[in-house]
Amino acid sequence: MTEARAAGGAAERAARESYGKLLAYLAARCGDINAAEDALADAFAAALEHWPADGVPRTPEAWLLVTARRRLFDGARREQRTQRLHEHLTRAANDAQRAFDRPGEIADERLASMFACAHPAIPAAIRGPLILQVVLGLDAARIASAFLISPATMGQRLVRAKRKIAAAGIPLRVPPVEELPGRLDAVLSAIYAIFSEGWDDPAGVDPRARGFASEALWLGRLVADACTEEPEAIGLLALMLHAHARRRARRDPSGAYVPLDEQEPTLWDAGAIDEAESLLLRAARAKRPGRFQLEAAIQSAHAARRFRGTPDWRAIAALYDELLRLTGSPVVALNRAVAIGNAAGAQAGLVALAAAAEDRRLLDYQPYWAALAELRARNGEPDEARAAYANAIGLCIDPSARRYLAGRADRLKT
Amino acid sequence: MEYLLQIYGDETIWARMPAEESDRIAGAYMAFTKALRDAGAYVDGNRLQSTSTATKVRVTPDGKTEVLDGPYADTKEQLGGYYVIEAPDLDAAIQWAARCPASSYGTVEVRPVFELSVPA
Repeated sequence: MTEARAAGGAAERAARESYGKLLAYLAARCGDINAAEDALADAFAAALEHWPADGVPRTPEAWLLVTARRRLFDGARREQRTQRLHEHLTRAANDAQRAFDRPGEIADERLASMFACAHPAIPAAIRGPLILQVVLGLDAARIASAFLISPATMGQRLVRAKRKIAAAGIPLRVPPVEELPGRLDAVLSAIYAIFSEGWDDPAGVDPRARGFASEALWLGRLVADACTEEPEAIGLLALMLHAHARRRARRDPSGAYVPLDEQEPTLWDAGAIDEAESLLLRAARAKRPGRFQLEAAIQSAHAARRFRGTPDWRAIAALYDELLRLTGSPVVALNRAVAIGNAAGAQAGLVALAAAAEDRRLLDYQPYWAALAELRARNGEPDEARAAYANAIGLCIDPSARRYLAGRADRLKT
Repeated sequence: MEYLLQIYGDETIWARMPAEESDRIAGAYMAFTKALRDAGAYVDGNRLQSTSTATKVRVTPDGKTEVLDGPYADTKEQLGGYYVIEAPDLDAAIQWAARCPASSYGTVEVRPVFELSVPA
């Protein structure tokens, strides 16, 4: 019984710690993530069956790899797969045998998997979910709920994407250096989508518990460690660390929402902020600014409130100018208007916001109406502010943000 | 793997094009084809006659053969030619598609060819 429990525990630990690594290893060699997943699932099932009786092998990862490789072979024989797959499998078999002889030397191919998942031939919206499943082994239902998609639909899209990787011959490898900058952006964007999924504003406006922030940080570290010459990879990690540092300050003890400007800086994670700051400095040395470095610099300017009491709104507005020039994003235009409102007065902020709202997509974006309401209120227009708050409340997903906005509306002078 | 590069473009531009311009493009295609051959990536390739020469054929459920004139669909870009290439993976196929002269005046669609099964 204790044996069985120990074996079950070992299998579970191996699943948690090694799943992504083993899957990436198998997939990189057979080019078919679906087939590799099936084989690995069989291997884990076999482990639960054999380990309690035979004891936990000395090198569980290698045992799983050899078993999964055998399943891949059986599957290939059963389905009479192509010559190409057969060749890949022969190579995988040799590699797996070597790994069995020398445990601890299973190459980590998770970065290669990530580049396949975020390949330009894969639809952008599925890249983040695909990375969560393939690299981290999360199940489709959990991913679906974070991305607000039905589990069945998410499952279908994931299967379709993996099938395309195999059928279209999307390579599971890190692109060569000369192609890296072009390909890296899609990987970084996918990781940022994972990080910010479920937030209206990852920079700190939406307080809901996030599903995958720590997963995204882990992925961001993997990429930043591998691409040390790429300042944007480092910039993304700095940006996520800054946002993550504020996780405890987003709600007060009663659970109510606290906007960034009202957060208590002593609740921020100083260690995470310090790491973000030194990463940002390192990235800046390359003198190749980009979207993620700029966003991290904006977060850094907010974090400076730790020392000087108020954020440097002029600097923030200038950074948003640059970011808007680079991305043309309506959300950036909105945040820029808020920064201008703080740096140069509500009137100037309203002018910038009106320009931003020429992109009609902002009109069903909750933070737009919240920002408009604040600026109207500060500009002495309580009726217009109240109407804008009503629109913001109507578009809210999070109950505590809804309560916060309703409270602001109530405090308006009539 | 084998990939089909389908060349789509507005076929009406050829009629309006000055001769030296179409000569230049023809030269670019010859150079591209040579590069494919030199790399051992060339399998097949052809330019097609214009869609006004196309004929559609289908057999109805009761066994009657219908022959209809004209191209399959009325779109802005028409299939004007194709290459079949051999490439190790999609990235390599995309590289060739980008080098194809058509990618700068039209669109190249890259499709993997279905591989026939062989007994393992």
